[in-house]
Amino acid sequence: MNVKNAQPLEYSTHQNQLNILGFWIFLGAEIMLFATLFTTYFVMEHRTGNGPTGAEIFEITPVLIETFVLLTSSFTIGLGVHAMRIGRKNAMLAFFGITLLLGLGFLCVEIYEFVHYYHVGATYQTSGFTAALLTTLGTHGAHVTLGLFWGLFIMIQVAKRGITAQTANKSFIFSLYWHFLDVVWIFIFSFIYLKGMM
Amino acid sequence: MEFFERFAVPHPSPAIYASMVAIVLVSIAIVVGITYFKKWGYLWREWLTTVDHKKIGIMYLISALLMLFRGGADAIMMRAQLAKPENTLLDAQHYNEIFTTHGVVMIIFMAMPFIFAFMNIVVPLQIGARDVAFPRLNAISFWLFFAGAMLFNISFVVGGSPDAGWTSYFPLAGTDFSQSVGTNYYMIAIQISGIGSLMTGINMITTILNMRAPGMTLMKMPMFTCSSFISCIIILFAFPVLTIALIMCTTDRLFATNFFTSTDGGMDMLWANLFWIWGHPEVYILILPAFGIYSEVISTFSQRNLYGYKSMVGSMVIISLLSFFVWTHHFFTMGQGALTNSIFSITTMAIAVPTGVKIFNWLLTMYKGKIRFTVPMLYAVGFIPLFTVGGVTGVMLAMSAADYQYHNTMFLVAHFHNTIIPGVVFAMLAGLTYYWPKMFGFMLNERIGKWGFWFLTIGFCLAFFPMYITGLDGQARRMYTYSESTGFGPLNMLSFIGAGLMAIAFIIIVYNVLYSIKNSPRNVGDEPWNARSLEWATHNPVPEYNFARTPHVASSEAFWDAKKKGHELFKGEIEKIHMPNNSGVPFIMGIIFFICGFSFVFALWIPVVVSLIGIFACMTLRSFEKDDGRYISADEVKATEAKFGGAKS
Repeated sequence: MNVKNAQPLEYSTHQNQLNILGFWIFLGAEIMLFATLFTTYFVMEHRTGNGPTGAEIFEITPVLIETFVLLTSSFTIGLGVHAMRIGRKNAMLAFFGITLLLGLGFLCVEIYEFVHYYHVGATYQTSGFTAALLTTLGTHGAHVTLGLFWGLFIMIQVAKRGITAQTANKSFIFSLYWHFLDVVWIFIFSFIYLKGMM
Repeated sequence: MEFFERFAVPHPSPAIYASMVAIVLVSIAIVVGITYFKKWGYLWREWLTTVDHKKIGIMYLISALLMLFRGGADAIMMRAQLAKPENTLLDAQHYNEIFTTHGVVMIIFMAMPFIFAFMNIVVPLQIGARDVAFPRLNAISFWLFFAGAMLFNISFVVGGSPDAGWTSYFPLAGTDFSQSVGTNYYMIAIQISGIGSLMTGINMITTILNMRAPGMTLMKMPMFTCSSFISCIIILFAFPVLTIALIMCTTDRLFATNFFTSTDGGMDMLWANLFWIWGHPEVYILILPAFGIYSEVISTFSQRNLYGYKSMVGSMVIISLLSFFVWTHHFFTMGQGALTNSIFSITTMAIAVPTGVKIFNWLLTMYKGKIRFTVPMLYAVGFIPLFTVGGVTGVMLAMSAADYQYHNTMFLVAHFHNTIIPGVVFAMLAGLTYYWPKMFGFMLNERIGKWGFWFLTIGFCLAFFPMYITGLDGQARRMYTYSESTGFGPLNMLSFIGAGLMAIAFIIIVYNVLYSIKNSPRNVGDEPWNARSLEWATHNPVPEYNFARTPHVASSEAFWDAKKKGHELFKGEIEKIHMPNNSGVPFIMGIIFFICGFSFVFALWIPVVVSLIGIFACMTLRSFEKDDGRYISADEVKATEAKFGGAKS
């Protein structure tokens, strides 16, 4: 495939540039969305009512697994975008596939974590704290779930149509989304789990 | 039967039954009418599936006028109830429902779409673009707004209206005190239209950043575009807060979580804070584009360039920043402590400074100008003193110590109506008249328009100035009646008369539209107002592709320079033009969102899941769709230009 080095394929048309800029702006709104969730969580952190506190329910092992899995997936999607830029479709699909599998692994551990919370008596209705915790984690988890489907659709399109200006654009935007979810997770890891366990 | 009981109205009255019959009859009449005149195909092809920013703008405009009627009807009922002491026209429950829906309808479903109407119609024209950045998304935004608006409006005949105030403070809005589904309607309808607003914000920011005509730097944008841009940035940062707050409310009400409850660690004040972190920026989202319209109107009809362009931009930027740091002033009396209140007092009063700068800029634009008192200019000139009164009373309210006297009185009600009506509503009516020839190719009648202006302005003063007095005397807002010994009776009667005059003004304005459709000459020409900025450099009404050739711009008043200084706007040959394809998916998504929202309101989980799958199916379809748009050939463009009276040079 002939790739112009001056400008990556995903930026090659005006509509593509608009899409990328628009998505960055959308990520600005997403930052505000998660900032509101974090604010709520900080307000609710110690408002546990009769329910358990964070220190009582958090477990380090699943959280560490989730963190490593998600951070690795951010790395692999970076490799996927690199493969796309040098025009290697199969390598790109492989890296995107690994990314989505890691995302799926993350989601499985998170579901395990939620079940664990349920069993130790931290349900959605227990207290202000659990409501804020589960809404914050759940919103992030819902984003990952949506990302899995979205990424799969893009992989199908790349497999069928090859690396074109349109599919490259979609893949690149998806990678932005995936990195963003990783950044949010770093905040969740630091300010919810680590802070809660200290 | 038990299943259907949930849809019954909890507090029925003859008026509500009459409304049900009226809604059914009007719906049947519309369907029969469209079928009789064989307009279904036209409706589907030209409007329901359109992605043209001008048509979407017009649909926003029609919706806004309909919602103005609905909110106005609520207002008249409230004023009628309060017109005399111990009135029994409405009972407490109905009064609660009416002031709640009045607030929500006017802010979310009247003012917002009015603003979006002008953003859609004017911004791409002012920057010389063919459409917005994401035309399909733009259509989705509109249909989401429309789905939310319809969902909210059926509440009073299906299941009951929300009744906890447009602010829906907890614990009142919780399930303990608001058992009916009314507050669910509030949460979900605003959520749906809020997502639409956020998408419009993203769309407009991208459009303005990346689709301006060659030569138009950010500081050479016409003032309405500039104000819309800043307003959209506020949308981008304010609406996600509302999204989350509404989600938490919804889970509190439907899944019994404890975000805003009084037990188990819940915190009711969190809602008030989150609501106003969105709610205060929201009023600037509305007022900044209104300021933009006044800037256009005042400079056009004073025949002078806008005084202090840079200070106008700077003051709007400062207003947009400050708007996020004043939210606490909505509840000074709810116990934050003196330090917090003092800080928020100061930030609130500080907003008066950039706003004052703008007022002086408009005055200085008019100074030594050749002023023409057309209808839009009348609204602009009426706006300046009335809005200043609203601003000054705002500074009074901003003083937290004094606010303990004014809080939740009619003084507050008078204040915010005094800013929103001359600020936003006058601007929208000015914009309506000013851009009417741009949209439809003929003028609204000036004489009838002036009657409308005077009825509205006099009615406004009569309706709201007495409230300042009764408010200072202690009349509380949201009270459905008062005793005769308070002495509030005569002034409230005056308010009622004023509200009646405003209703007459609305009728006159609607009559003006109908009269002008019938009688106005069609060949208005391309320059009805001797205007200045780029949107007037194309034909009236605007052809589908906006500009046959991309304009080249050297100043914020490109059209004026082209007329007076011989600047050449359009260079080169007419080429083929790329346009987006129409699509029915946004409309269908709107319907699915409506069904989803309705099922959510009544906690009908199976339709919720089915409709959510439908929404994701639409999005999947979009992902796989190959849509490269279509081209209008150069010959077609030339033919269209000839039909509109020759190509622009």
